[in-house]
Amino acid sequence: MSSDAPLQRTPLFSNHIAANGRMVPFAGWEMPVQYEGVLAEAKAVRTNVGMFDVSHMGRLYIEGTDSGEFLEHVLTFAVTNLNPGRARYGFVLTEEGGVIDDTVVYQQSPEDGSGERYLMICNAANRPAIVDWLNEHMGDYPGVTMTDFTTESIMIAVQGPAAAAIADGLCVGEEKASTLKPFGSMAQAVKLGAEGKLVEVFIGRTGYTGEDGFEFVADAADGSNLWDALLQAGVTPCGLGSRDVLRLEAGLRLHGSDMDTSKTPLEAGLERFVNMKKDAFIGREALVKQSADGLTQKLVGFKLLDAGIPRHEYTILNKDVQIGIVTSGSYSPSLDTGIGMGYVSSEYSVLANHIHIDLRGRPVEAEIVELPFYHRPK
Amino acid sequence: MSEHPNDLQYTKEHEWVRVEGDGTATIGITHFAQDQLGDVVYLVLPKVGSSIAKDSKMGEVESVKSISDLFVPLSGEVLEINKDAIDHPERINEDPHGTGWMIKVKFSDEAEVQLLLSADDYDKTLAS
Repeated sequence: MSSDAPLQRTPLFSNHIAANGRMVPFAGWEMPVQYEGVLAEAKAVRTNVGMFDVSHMGRLYIEGTDSGEFLEHVLTFAVTNLNPGRARYGFVLTEEGGVIDDTVVYQQSPEDGSGERYLMICNAANRPAIVDWLNEHMGDYPGVTMTDFTTESIMIAVQGPAAAAIADGLCVGEEKASTLKPFGSMAQAVKLGAEGKLVEVFIGRTGYTGEDGFEFVADAADGSNLWDALLQAGVTPCGLGSRDVLRLEAGLRLHGSDMDTSKTPLEAGLERFVNMKKDAFIGREALVKQSADGLTQKLVGFKLLDAGIPRHEYTILNKDVQIGIVTSGSYSPSLDTGIGMGYVSSEYSVLANHIHIDLRGRPVEAEIVELPFYHRPK
Repeated sequence: MSEHPNDLQYTKEHEWVRVEGDGTATIGITHFAQDQLGDVVYLVLPKVGSSIAKDSKMGEVESVKSISDLFVPLSGEVLEINKDAIDHPERINEDPHGTGWMIKVKFSDEAEVQLLLSADDYDKTLAS
C-alpha cells in the first residue's frame, strides 16, 4: 500500500474525536493511539475494563460447499472439527512456512448441516494480502465464496476483569455472554440508542490483551451507538498505544513486527498453533524440514535489568557481538521495567541467559525470561 | 489558549527556561513536549558540576512511546538536577513547568539568553 494513499476511517471516528482520541495513521487507517494516556488505559484494562476500536481488522466470511476443506488447506489449524460458534487461532503460511498472517477463525456452519460458513478475522495491514492469497488458492474449490465485510461492519474489543459484567449488562437475551468459554461466540441482541433499538451483535470471547474479554461485531450503522452504550456503562476508551503494551506483556506476537513471511511459527515459538496432525496444509512440508534441520534463530522474551526501554530493531548483544534483533519492546507497567521480544541465534535462546540490548549506543543488561511476562490473576 | 506561561522563555526544541537575576536558570520541557511524548517513564540528566555547551546533548527523556534527546539551551555549569523527577518521571507530565523541572544551571553567556523565545513566539512556532 502506498504511504500517501488516503487514510480510511472506521465508523467510530467521531466517537474517538469526541473522547479526545489522538488519531494517527496505522495500517492505512486513521486510528486512536491514546485518549487519556497509555499507562492510564493499560491500567483500566488490567484492573477494570477498557475498549478498543478494532474495526480496521479484516472480517471475511468464507462459505459454501467445501469451504471447510479449503480452509484446512490454507490454515495451520483445524476448523472443520470445531463445534458451532467456537474459534481457533493460527496462521496462514507461504509454501516456505513464512507467516502471511495470524488469524482467528470461527465455525459458523448451521448446526443442521445445511451449509458451511466460517468467519475469519485477520490483521488490518494484511487484509489485502490475505484476500489475494485466498482468492489465488480457491480455484480447486469452486463451491467456495469469500465475502469481505470489513467496511460494512465494526468490531470493538472489550477487555478486562469487568468485561463479562459489561457484556452481560448489554445483552437482552436469556443466554449471557459470561457463559461463553474462551474462543466461544454467540449472536446476541443488545439495546442501543435513545429509543432502545434492538440490534444484532456477534460476541466472541477473545482479545489481545492477556485479560478476559469479548469482541463485538455489529453493522457499521450501529457501531457509534454500541460504543456510546459501552462508554455509558463505564468502559474506558483505549488506543493502540496501550493495546501494544498489553499484548506485549501477555507475550502475544504482533504480525509485521514479531513475525512476517521471513519467519516461521516454529521460529516465533508458536508451534502449539500448528497442527502437524493435519496431513496437508500450505507450508507444512517446510515446517517438517525446518523441524528436522533444527532452528537457527528463535524468538525470546527478555526483561531489562536496568533503566531503559528496548524498541523495535534495537540490536541484541552477547558481550560485544550482535546475536539478534529486537522485534517488540516497551515499558511494562505490570513489571515496572523495560521488556521486549526478539530473535536470537538458537544457542543463546536459553531461559535465564543474560544478554545485552543496545539502547542507542548504551548496552543494557537483560535476562531471557519465560513468556508471557504477565499472567492475569486467577 | 496557551499552556505556556509568560514568565518563562522557550526554545524551538521545546524546552523552557526560567532565568533568575543571579545568573542562574532552571530548565525543563514544555507542556507541548510532554503532551507529545505521553507518559514519561525514564529521565536521564547530566551530572551536577558538569560543564555543558549550548546545543549539546544533556540527557534523555523516554516515554512509553518514544525516546527524545534533551539539548542544552544555555552554556554553563550544572548546579542541580531534579532527583525527584528522576524517581517520579510522571512529574514531567503532571507539572512540566513546575515540579517536573530538570536542571538548574549557572549560565556563562548572557547573549544566549537573548536568543530564547517568548511564550507568544514559542506558541507561534507550534502553530506554523
